[in-house]
Amino acid sequence: MEFLAKLIVFLPLVGFLIAGLAGRQIGDKASMIVTSGLVSIAGLASWFVFGEVALLGNVAPTIHVLNWVDSGTLSFDWAFKIDTLTAVMLVVVNTVSALVHWYSMGYMEDDPHKPRFFAYLSLFTFAMLMLVTSDNLVQMFFGWEGVGLASYLLIGFWYKKPSANAAAIKAFVVNRVGDFGFALGIYAVFLLVGSVEIDVIFARIGDYETATLSFLGHEYHAITVIALLLFVGAMGKSAQLGLHTWLPDAMEGPTPVSALIHAATMVTAGVFLVARFSPVFELSPVALMVVTYVGAATALFAASVALVQNDIKRVIAYSTCSQLGYMFVALGVSAYGGAIFHLFTHAFFKALLFLGAGSVIHAMHHEQDMRKMGGIKNKIPLTYIVMIIGTLAITGMPGLSGYFSKDLIIEAAYAATTPGAEFAFVMVITAALMTSFYSWRLIFMTFHGQTRADNDTFDHAHEGPWTIKLPLLLLAVGAVFAGWFYKGSFIGDVRFTFWNGSLATSAGDIMDQAHHVPAAVIWSPFVAMVLGFALAYYFYMRGSDIAKRTAETWDGLYAFLLNKWYFDELYNLIFVRPAFWLGRVFWKRGDEDTIDGFGPNGVSGLVAGVAARVRKLQTGYVYHYAFAMIIGLAIAVTWFMAQSGAH
Amino acid sequence: MFFGENYLLSLMMLAPVIGSAIILFIRHKDAEIENRNVRSVALFTTLITFFMGLDLWAGFDNSTAEFQFVEKFQWFGDISYYLGVDGISVLFVLLTAFLMPIVILASWESIGKRVKEYMIAFLVLEALMIGVFTALDIFLFYVFFEGGLIPMYLLIGVWGGVNRIYASFKFFLYTLLGSVLMLVAVLYMYFQSGTTDIPALMMYDFDVDVQSWLWLAFFASFAVKMPMWPVHTWLPDAHVQAPTGGSVILAGVLLKMGGYGFLRFSLPMLPEASVEFSWLIFTLSIIAIIYTSLVALVQEDIKKLIAYSSVAHMGFVTIGIFLFNTNGIEGAIFTMLSHGVVSGALFLCVGVIYDRLHTREISRYGGLAVNMKIYAVTFVLFSLASVGLPGTSGFVGEFLVLNGSFAYSSWITFLAATGVILGAAYMLYLVRRLIFGELDKDDVRAMPDLSLREKLIFAPLVAVVLWMGIYPNSFLDPMHVSVQALLETHFPVETTHAATIDTSSAVVGR
Repeated sequence: MEFLAKLIVFLPLVGFLIAGLAGRQIGDKASMIVTSGLVSIAGLASWFVFGEVALLGNVAPTIHVLNWVDSGTLSFDWAFKIDTLTAVMLVVVNTVSALVHWYSMGYMEDDPHKPRFFAYLSLFTFAMLMLVTSDNLVQMFFGWEGVGLASYLLIGFWYKKPSANAAAIKAFVVNRVGDFGFALGIYAVFLLVGSVEIDVIFARIGDYETATLSFLGHEYHAITVIALLLFVGAMGKSAQLGLHTWLPDAMEGPTPVSALIHAATMVTAGVFLVARFSPVFELSPVALMVVTYVGAATALFAASVALVQNDIKRVIAYSTCSQLGYMFVALGVSAYGGAIFHLFTHAFFKALLFLGAGSVIHAMHHEQDMRKMGGIKNKIPLTYIVMIIGTLAITGMPGLSGYFSKDLIIEAAYAATTPGAEFAFVMVITAALMTSFYSWRLIFMTFHGQTRADNDTFDHAHEGPWTIKLPLLLLAVGAVFAGWFYKGSFIGDVRFTFWNGSLATSAGDIMDQAHHVPAAVIWSPFVAMVLGFALAYYFYMRGSDIAKRTAETWDGLYAFLLNKWYFDELYNLIFVRPAFWLGRVFWKRGDEDTIDGFGPNGVSGLVAGVAARVRKLQTGYVYHYAFAMIIGLAIAVTWFMAQSGAH
Repeated sequence: MFFGENYLLSLMMLAPVIGSAIILFIRHKDAEIENRNVRSVALFTTLITFFMGLDLWAGFDNSTAEFQFVEKFQWFGDISYYLGVDGISVLFVLLTAFLMPIVILASWESIGKRVKEYMIAFLVLEALMIGVFTALDIFLFYVFFEGGLIPMYLLIGVWGGVNRIYASFKFFLYTLLGSVLMLVAVLYMYFQSGTTDIPALMMYDFDVDVQSWLWLAFFASFAVKMPMWPVHTWLPDAHVQAPTGGSVILAGVLLKMGGYGFLRFSLPMLPEASVEFSWLIFTLSIIAIIYTSLVALVQEDIKKLIAYSSVAHMGFVTIGIFLFNTNGIEGAIFTMLSHGVVSGALFLCVGVIYDRLHTREISRYGGLAVNMKIYAVTFVLFSLASVGLPGTSGFVGEFLVLNGSFAYSSWITFLAATGVILGAAYMLYLVRRLIFGELDKDDVRAMPDLSLREKLIFAPLVAVVLWMGIYPNSFLDPMHVSVQALLETHFPVETTHAATIDTSSAVVGR
């Protein structure tokens, strides 16, 4: 197991180093095969570990790799902790990563920088694996920032595009705001329990249930402070309301990147973090309430924006944002298993939708605007079918994966009596309606009706090579069966042995209550789904201009949604521009006018005579300076020598 | 009269002096050959010194707080030639010896005039810098500390850019002002205690009232050297005008003298005053971090941007030192070492493109990732280290300082950590303008990628940055005992902690 765990984590690193350092020497083909092959091996090994740890319950002891930092009482290592939660993440990360690697071989066919692209993908995979396997908060932070780096590099992969560069910086800096909270959380944890190792924290946290902590001059419930600070980190990575602005812009990156990083894996790191620290969050009702509210608000906000977007990738990006909100709602009402289950199923159907969208974009000569698509379902039938499967899965068609996980969250929100749960129930039901609408809207606008593409593009639309098709098919299988197959383990009766203590679960908890809600609640997501479908059909399939007229009637609301609630404009106004303005003021008014004005320039004005004479000297030889300086020093030294002699 | 087992420290200082003496006598009618010989001797000398530095590191005993490699030789009066290193200073000696060969190599082609004098200035500077970190006599320290000004002043004034006179004058004025005040304090301490021995002075109890004055006098000197806000404005000018090698040493080593001074003098000799004035340090440091980070954001000159970022990074150092806890001080020392390597490397990166295009204006570049691939990777790596990405050297020090500060006051952590966000903003903004974007300028397109010599310069720096980030214990281990001794002797355990954490339950179990 120890060997296997190291293999899983380090093989992608090896791939990164080979493709990154020697990519140009070994060539495109070899770089692609090596990286994809290594990640695929890691993927197979992950399933084995999943079976061993999660299904058979053979939890491995912590695997120590290397000491990292020892300073005073603070000490942490490079080490892996493989429990069920980690095993689930390993499977998700490596499976999607391997499929995306293969898919990219086809998708990036014409790109001149293939080794670099595959190196970045493998680097990302490595960082993500370090994150999910970490046995301490700091290594998790390493992975946390590592995936941020990989995301930065991949969003800005086409670095000649100004928009891609801007999006890359935005992603990194906004994530840093989240990381800022995460880091403070780590310091607070260390101050409270005296360790950053996860096992030690859990062992000791119970002793501090009522402890208070002084934060920014006030006394607060210590565990609440910690949980909320960690949650700020989670909000950044998982693009929750307020720190979500980077995710839609991140669509500037190549589409396989969006599927891997910005849908299936990295953005779920925040969910993972909260789930990992569920024993801590359980001790803070306030933190759980905040998680519920933020998650619910995000679910609705993002779904509302997705209703009107025209870029196919942005629709899916906001959809991701919204689905992450669902997961946080589940976490907020303590349905941790439900959250991870949705993370698991979502990885399949969302990666499927993104890669499907990539296939569409590939077929349409890199056109992403749905207003210039339409009517291509017969051109790319396989893509069409898998996209339908993905849409059915996300909207919660009974039997498909999303049905089991999403409906559970909705039911849990209804069953929960914690503060915010009622609000969350209303939000997620409404969001479910919207989800169905925007998902079908995407299908109808892209595949149905008369084409709006130009003739040339339309005529040449075709399916990609097998490297594109095979991952789509495999993900489609996952999107159909993952829910049905694993529902017993993740959220069913065997969940206690399955999670095996890696999540805070107990008999009679919210997950049990969620299975016993009124029939009306159980049926409500289904109704929302059908209603959304019907509306989308009515708006976009009847060939009428009803969508256009609605937008015109409600032009204010339409603009509000189209402009994403004006978050970017707001942040630009209150953060970005003031920062540059302040910088300029500090520089010109502060440094140059005030400090230098009164300081050296003022003084040198006084001694202008001296300076003039100095200037004469400067025309001379280097020895002159040295001589003058040494004389000066010698005088000083002699002076205190003499003084010391007198003493 | 000599004490101690060997003369390694003296040899480390002597080697560059001998090297410069040899250079002085190199003559050849062909200037080209003469310069080549001069460079070779300088490189050889610094390499020898570096190997001695490695020997010092290898021979250093991590388990004692006592000074090691001690040499003591009575000079005149009470002043002695007294050298030694402990866990606080040994790595600074190593840092100096490590950077010097790199600097010589970096100046290989870019310095064409007065090569001889240039190399001599650097070698003398190396001897003086090693002297600063090893001197255990306070007057000896003062001589080295001030002596270091001279070659640096010359390097800027002679081999600098267009505005070099103004810059070197400003540099000199600022540092001299601080030095004079320090000299007064040194003299007072000597008259008061009757000794110039630093270890003895560290044990001497100065009167609390006097401590404040002495502390302020030292502060004037060290704050300028760091530099701390608001006496930092000499640094951007000095960097902009200095030749590449000068910038590397200035950022890499000279700035560390301030932090080292605080640790060697202010803390152990004036502990009460240090505690008393820690609020001042924190305030100035936090202003420095936020203020200079914002200023760095709007810079149009690459060197100025990196210079301002140095001021911000030094803010973390001063915070760490005055936390009086293990994480803080070890983090501060580590940050200094890391910054020495990383900012040195960044200035070298600037030097590479400056040598090709002869401008430091950011907007004149762009799209370097297209034609200078290896350079682009190198630059991005050092930028990330500067931003403090975990896995690079920049992370460990800042993390330790901030962790230490949280125990002291979460306000400090909160405000200082905003610098981490701003740091990412200004550094990545720089990367975007230099490295990424369209390669649309013909003269930029003509720039070749790194030469073999340049790769040789960067390879060890890359290795060290990653080593320090992945296995920092190699560098933390030598510090532990000395830092512990400093804290236990002068700042009895946790008193400062308990004073600011006014809740009993919050620190239960610690």
